[in-house]
Parts: sequence; C-alpha cells; structure tokens
Amino acid sequence: MSGHSNYEPKTGFEKWLDVRLPIVRLAYDSVVDFPTPKNLNYWYTFGGILAVCLGIQLVTGIVLAMHYVPHVDYAFASVEGIMRDVNYGWLIRYMHANGASMFFIAVYIHMFRGLYYGSYKAPREVLWILGCVIYLLMMATAFMGYVLPWGQMSFHGAVVITNLFGALPIVGESLTTWLWGGFAVDNPTLNRFFSLHYLLPFMIAGVVGLHIWALHVPGNNNPTGVNVKSKEDTVPFHPYYTVKDGFAISVFLILFATFVFFNPNALGHADNYIPANPLVTPAHIVPEWYFLPFYAILRAVPDKLMGVLLMFGAIATLFVLPWLDTSKVRSMRYRPTAKLYFLIFVLACLVLGYCGGQLPDNHVIPGLSTFKLIDADLNSFVWLSRIATLYYFSYFLILLPILGLTETPLPQPESISEPVLSHPASTPAGATAAPEKKG
Amino acid sequence: MLRKGIALAAFGLTVLAAPAALANAGAAPVREAEFSFDGPLGTFDQAQLQRGYKIYREVCSSCHSMNLLSFRNLGEKGGPFYDPEVKNPNDNPFVKSIAKDYQINDIDSETGDVVQRPGTPADRFPNPFPNEAAARASNGGALPPDLSVISKARHHGAHYIYSLLTGFKEPPAGLKISANQYYNPWFPGDLTSAWSGDPAHVPAGGLIAMAPPLAADKVTYDDGTPSTVENQAKDVAAFLTWASEPTATARKQFGLAAMIYLLIFSGLLYASYRRIWRNVAH
Repeated sequence: MSGHSNYEPKTGFEKWLDVRLPIVRLAYDSVVDFPTPKNLNYWYTFGGILAVCLGIQLVTGIVLAMHYVPHVDYAFASVEGIMRDVNYGWLIRYMHANGASMFFIAVYIHMFRGLYYGSYKAPREVLWILGCVIYLLMMATAFMGYVLPWGQMSFHGAVVITNLFGALPIVGESLTTWLWGGFAVDNPTLNRFFSLHYLLPFMIAGVVGLHIWALHVPGNNNPTGVNVKSKEDTVPFHPYYTVKDGFAISVFLILFATFVFFNPNALGHADNYIPANPLVTPAHIVPEWYFLPFYAILRAVPDKLMGVLLMFGAIATLFVLPWLDTSKVRSMRYRPTAKLYFLIFVLACLVLGYCGGQLPDNHVIPGLSTFKLIDADLNSFVWLSRIATLYYFSYFLILLPILGLTETPLPQPESISEPVLSHPASTPAGATAAPEKKG
Repeated sequence: MLRKGIALAAFGLTVLAAPAALANAGAAPVREAEFSFDGPLGTFDQAQLQRGYKIYREVCSSCHSMNLLSFRNLGEKGGPFYDPEVKNPNDNPFVKSIAKDYQINDIDSETGDVVQRPGTPADRFPNPFPNEAAARASNGGALPPDLSVISKARHHGAHYIYSLLTGFKEPPAGLKISANQYYNPWFPGDLTSAWSGDPAHVPAGGLIAMAPPLAADKVTYDDGTPSTVENQAKDVAAFLTWASEPTATARKQFGLAAMIYLLIFSGLLYASYRRIWRNVAH
C-alpha cells in the first residue's frame, strides 16, 4: 500500500494489468511480501480474527436480510421463520447473533493489546483513531442489530438507549423524536434501524481499509515496542503470519462454534424471545454483555445528563489517548509501574462489566449489609461501579500523563532481534529465507 | 501465551454469564429434571415428544396458542411424529389425521364467505381465542402466553416449565390471594405487598393466573407410562422445548461434525506453523 514494492509481474496479463490498475501489486505488497516484525505474539493475531468476524457478519447478515421483515408486526415471526423454515436458517442466524459477541470479544482483546504495547503512540496515532472509529461504528451497528428481532429486550433496550439523547439540553427532545421518526419507538424506528444496520457494516469495512492502510505505512508495532531496524527484524507476511494468523483464527472458530452449536442463546437474554410489548416492561433491562461496562458507568452517576456525558466520555477519551500518554517507551514490558496500573485497568473494566449486569442497589458481598459511610452503602454495585469508573478515567487522564514523566523504565533492547528469544531457531540464523521451499 | 489467552477468555465468559443471575428474581431455584436433550449432544426422545404433544393438545391448547407451529412441523425430522419412510411431512398419515381433527377458518374462494374446513398439515396450529381481548376475558384478565418459543423465552427453559407445572402449592398463611390467582414458588414475582407475615421472610415466587393444569391420570398415555403429574410435566416440557427449536438436534449433530473438522484443521495449521517458523528465532 505504500513504500517500496518488490512485486514483479510475471505473466503477460499481470504486466498488462500492472500499468493500468496495479491491484495485484497492492495485494502482493500488503499480504505476501509485507515485512512484519518476527516477534509478534498471539495477541497480535486478533486483527486477522477481526477481519474474519467482519466477513462472517457481512455474509450471514446479507442472507438474513433476504428473509427478515422489518415491520413491528412481522419482525419477530420472521426471525423465528428463519430459524424454522429457511434451510440452515438456524445456522445463519445463530452465527450472526453469536458472531456479534465474538466480534466484541476479539475487538476488546485487540484494544487491550494496543493499550499494553503502546500501539497508539507515534507514528501510529491515526491508526489508533481509525480503530476507535471502527469501535464506535461497531457499537452502533450491534445496538441496532439487537433491536431488529423486536423482542422485549430489543424494544425496551431501544427505548432506554434512545432516551439517553433526551438528556441533552435544548436539542434533546427534538433529537430523540428525530431518531425515533415519531413520538415513541415504533415501526419507523425499526425501519430506520434496519436500514442503518445494513449500511454501517459497509462503512466499517471502508474504515477497516483505511485502518490497514494506516497500519502498512509505519508497519506493525511489536511486543518490544522497538522500531524495526533492519531486514533481520522482519519476516514476510506470507507464509509466516498467514499461517500463524490462520492457526489463531481456527482456534477462535472453535470457541465460536462452541457457542453457535452447543449454547447459542447463552450470550443473549431469554426475554428477547418474548415479542415486544410496549405496555409490559421487563423486570430488568440489561444490554448485551459488550455494553455492560458503559451501562455501569451510565448508572454510576446520579445525574442523567452527567451519566450520558461520562459514558460517551469513556469512549471519547480513547480518541485522545495518543496525546495523554507522555511516555516515550511504547511497550509496557519495559514499564513495570505502568504495567501494574494497566492490569488494574483491565480489572476495572471487567468489574464495570460485571456491575453493569447487576442491580445497582444489590450487595456486592451478600452477607455484609452494614458497610455504610455517611449515607452511602459502599457494599453496593453502584458504589463498586463508581470506584471502577473513577479508576477508568484516572488511568487515562492522570496516571498515563504523570507516569510517563515520573517512572524509570527498564532498559529497552537495541533491536527486535537482540533480546534472548523465547523460541530460538532450530538451525543457525541466516537460514531464514524461504523455509517453505525447504524440506 | 496461548494458555494465558484461553484463561483470559474463560474468565471473560464467566463475567459474561453474570446477567443470568438476574433471572427469575424472587422465584425459587428451579428443580432440575433429567431430560434426554440436556447436554451438548442430547437428543429428544420421540415417545416423550408424542406424550408431550398429547398433553399440549388435551390440556394446554384450550388456552395457549402456538402461532409459529404448523401441523407439518410435527412430522418433520426430529419431530414427535417423524417417520423416516415419509419424505414429505405433509404426507405423514399421523400429521394428516391430527390436522383433520381441527376446523380452520378460511374464506370460500367462490363466494367470499367465511367458512370452516378441516385442517391440512400446512395449516398453523389454530388460536384458541379469536383475539387478545377474548383470551383475557376468558382467563380472569390474564393473557395466556403463546407457547411457540416459551422454552427459549424463560431462563432454564424446560427445567423452569417442569418446576412451574409441578410447583403449585397451598399458599403459606399470611399471603393474601384474590380470586383466580394461585401461589407458585417458581413463578417470578414479588410477594412483599401481599404478605402480612414476617417481612424478613417473604415467600419465594409469585401469583399466577393459571390454575394447576395437570393432575394424575388427567391425560391417558397410550404407551403405558404412568400418567403422574411429574411425568406429564416432564413430557410437556420436552414437547415445548422441541417446539421452541425444532432444529436443535440438527444443530447439535452439525456442531459435532464442525468441531471435529475444526480440531483437525487447527492441528494441521499448528503443525504447518511450527514447520514454517522452525528456522526463525522469534
């Protein structure tokens, strides 16, 4: 996609095409010859896994759209019709529904990997921001997709989330009416959500293209965070990373298949198999698991507007992260203090996710009921959410800016090839070229 | 590193399972019955599905609709009356005779008059009431839920249905119950406002508008199975679980093949990976 190209068209057709549309050159430079650091570990395979997730969602989604009816009277029955009367419809629908969860598992691991190895730092800020845009688009797409089966959780989830915009001053009410296409969540809402749910994945695919382009200009980061210094530090993408990513994708598909075939409804909510009824509100409205950390942040704040702002702020913070982290050292391998705070950050995110699925006033430790400070019951999920929310923001806004100035990092290796490697070669170095042709 | 990844994934999934803890608030923990279809490879017991269908037909269907089911579904692969000899479920003699017993509303294509005709396998299960208002009027204001996907629409599925159907109890003293209401510890609800006893010991469960539907020997089993409430509850729970997802068996069988394929494929990819990377220190 950029930089020097080693592609040499061989056949007559390739030569003819190369001076007109160098698309084979583009593919060759991007996925065959692309020099990739040789020390990428399995955490780096999630980019490829995510591409597969997007592909699965697109293909299954397009087929589902052939059978789905976006109308409040028929949506629920049409989804069940897909399950019952479309050939392998159950497979297509369960892949799509669980595929969303798998997509988010992968994207969260991918993001935590970027946070840990400092993949957002110069010169990869644009790469990181494009990733954040993809994440935002994914959340919008997933939310609208969950509304389409028009079950109880679909409907009441849509009511809760769209009402959040009503908290905005002045424009709130008009904005909500505009989103709904009426004065309540109803057929126009379902129709536009279907339309947008079909559109956004293609926007995601477009931004993924930019994301990969922005990756291929500076090249991959790597677990040491040290820049590639020479050819010794890299291997061509194919076959080295096609096979490593391929293996990781296959293992990931085993996890995927476990859900699709043996526990397809485990990640959903039983109430969504009850057709939507505006007059009956479910006892507990919970979003899909991947939104729970943000739901916990929203509910941690007593004021609705502040809660909404904080929830969106949690994502907005990610966009400016490259300028919040002051450390010149990319990888937290060489930042022992930051590493500790990072692990607490991961824990805080998991705690937020857990709190999002609980009732705010319930006790965290069931037996203990007298853990009160002034008027606050600290042994409640709302307080646990508050502590975790505080840490979430402190990590980005206080810890990362200060740590970079105060900490003493460990010495970094001179190059990727220098450190004692975890997997030494079985034959002497220098024999690295084209192993696929040997043996 | 891979092991760490798997551990992380396992931990993540534990967290994901958390929302299930919200299920059936206030109700007693479900009674686990043993079902042949439990577990990743469990399949339905066809004789049980037939008994379960009989209970639905003779007991449940007088109030509960099953809008998403057609008679032909009963004769499809994995269904209660599936016959491997009959390729097309619409030709299944059991299914045809079951359908014929129903009178289906239709429109005379010559005159446009509303008529009734005997059902065919292609017809949906008819609704016991013409509309929601009629259903409520006949049931003390409560709407009997459609049972097409009931097993998927309740946490613990078949086990919940079994617990509920076998769970009707005499209300504890101190619980105020109005007419047409029945106490059931497995029905989700909050009895605080109806409870005049010790506030620290509000009874579990809720008040349901359905009278205890099952009784010993209420339905005659044709295969010699004792017609107890326990058996009836189990059988109808099995039938409703099949009806909620008639393709469940196909899914599990497909899944087994997919898993074997993916495991072998992953093994081959891992071997290729080791071989290709063998000469590279990384």
